[in-house]
Amino acid sequence: MQFDDGFIAVVKKDCPTCVLIEPVLKDIEGRGLPITIFFQDESDFLSTSKNIDDTSLEASYFLNIETVPSLIKIEKGEEAIRVVGWERSEWQEFFGEQELGMSLPHWKPGCGSLSVEEGVPERLAVEFGRVNFYSRKIKIPSLVDDIEYCYEQGWTDGLPVIPPTEERVLKMLNGSPRLPNELIGSVPPHSVNCTVVKVAINAVMAGCKPEYFPIVLAAVDAALDDRFCLGGLLATTWFSGPMVVVNGPIREAVDMNWSGNLLGQGNRANATIGRALQLVVRNVGGGHPKGTDQSTFGTPVKYGLCFAEDEKTPWTTLAEDQGIARDRSAVTVFSADGPLGCVDQNSRAPEGVVKSLAGSLRSINHVEMANASDAVILIGPEHGRVFDLAGWSKADAVSALHDNLFIDGADLGMTSDDALADDLISSKNKVPKFREEGLRLIRAGGDAGLFSAIIPGWLMKGELGTDPVTKEI
Amino acid sequence: MSSIVLDPTGELEPSFRQPLAKPNSLEGLTLGLLDISKAKGNVFLDRLETLFSEKGVVVRRYKKPTFARPAPTELLQDISTNVDVVIEGLAD
Repeated sequence: MQFDDGFIAVVKKDCPTCVLIEPVLKDIEGRGLPITIFFQDESDFLSTSKNIDDTSLEASYFLNIETVPSLIKIEKGEEAIRVVGWERSEWQEFFGEQELGMSLPHWKPGCGSLSVEEGVPERLAVEFGRVNFYSRKIKIPSLVDDIEYCYEQGWTDGLPVIPPTEERVLKMLNGSPRLPNELIGSVPPHSVNCTVVKVAINAVMAGCKPEYFPIVLAAVDAALDDRFCLGGLLATTWFSGPMVVVNGPIREAVDMNWSGNLLGQGNRANATIGRALQLVVRNVGGGHPKGTDQSTFGTPVKYGLCFAEDEKTPWTTLAEDQGIARDRSAVTVFSADGPLGCVDQNSRAPEGVVKSLAGSLRSINHVEMANASDAVILIGPEHGRVFDLAGWSKADAVSALHDNLFIDGADLGMTSDDALADDLISSKNKVPKFREEGLRLIRAGGDAGLFSAIIPGWLMKGELGTDPVTKEI
Repeated sequence: MSSIVLDPTGELEPSFRQPLAKPNSLEGLTLGLLDISKAKGNVFLDRLETLFSEKGVVVRRYKKPTFARPAPTELLQDISTNVDVVIEGLAD
């Protein structure tokens, strides 16, 4: 949009300052200065002659008006000076005129421009073409319900999605400095290239707020890391889905839950971030249940599972263990089946809690199977206190768990790897239930309850399966 | 009022590839047996190798390092350039 050389004023009737300075605008016009008045709402308070209807807010948008009244001087087609609100001497200097508005107060601040009200900048950017990303636009027929349309296209996980309008997607993109057309990676199972904007579209659909978007992007980055083996995780007949754990200051910034009911319903960030990742897999990658996703039972985790860690404990955090400082934020993705509760209301010493946890851990997959999956263990606050009071670090707890998790070779009726089992049975007759890095302890949960939660996953075997992946946000 | 939404898909449907016509006979063809590293898959494929070899079919054996991941490119290229027909041992 081009503007002629001269003076521009942008006003709205709903602004008392604009109404106050109206006589000054009339005075300026009377002095023969070339002034054009753009009004954002109504013009009946204006007695000037060159008033332009800007109820579409197009001029306000292209002039980047944040406050009304705004005065702008255009010279050779470019903005030379800008003044906002009413300050008498500033206006006098701007117009190069003395004795302006002498009957008015010296100063009165302006009001917010209609063009910057909630949601309006995105609408204007879409309307006036300053959208710098690519995604195919689909027009929903006028009599069709938007949400039903999304269902019909196969874009949902069975729950309703928010229709991804351009305005909503633009708002989501504004939640991250990453460029919309940046390629993030290739999404299985169809190995489809995925851009930041495609993630934003699915984050909108999942119900994310823009401030969650950096977490969603980091989660997608992590899930597409080859070590995570997302394609295999999607396709397996086993239960698992991806689980996202968040560390660092961003947890509090976006109001995530790491306390009571953290694995359950009710917190928007927890509920939608993991869902956004799963919608990317579904919609971008083409991974559909009973299609490439061959899971025998599935798991509620496949709707999306995301939570944060309680970092107010003596233990190092999950992200710290991966070399990320506590004042930085990070996500870690795991494969996860769903939680198994472990109760121990008797032990007052860590050895007892370890024994209880080990007993429960022994049963995952099959009591006679070793080295098949890793497990994440959410240590609840009341169990955590037992470790803390005894001065046990996380490493102490992990080490004690491994010591309690050897299976007698003679009991190894089931194994995920014949050769490995044969080797282990013959070599030492005691088989570790988990690989060395296969137990990851996370502090979380509500204050009451001497419980912990065991979350096993799928085939965590490094290069032969999946590994958890941590990415800094 | 009709609304406009943005396509959440990759907008790139994988192209449908026409499978090769199935041969009426294995005479003169090389058969690949692909073990995807599922438990006992080798038992099944060993038996197939014996049976096909008895019938004079040329058999080549292949193995994926893990069933959890797609086959490495080198393995795919080897199979596609050296055999005419593949049998894959998929199940547990």
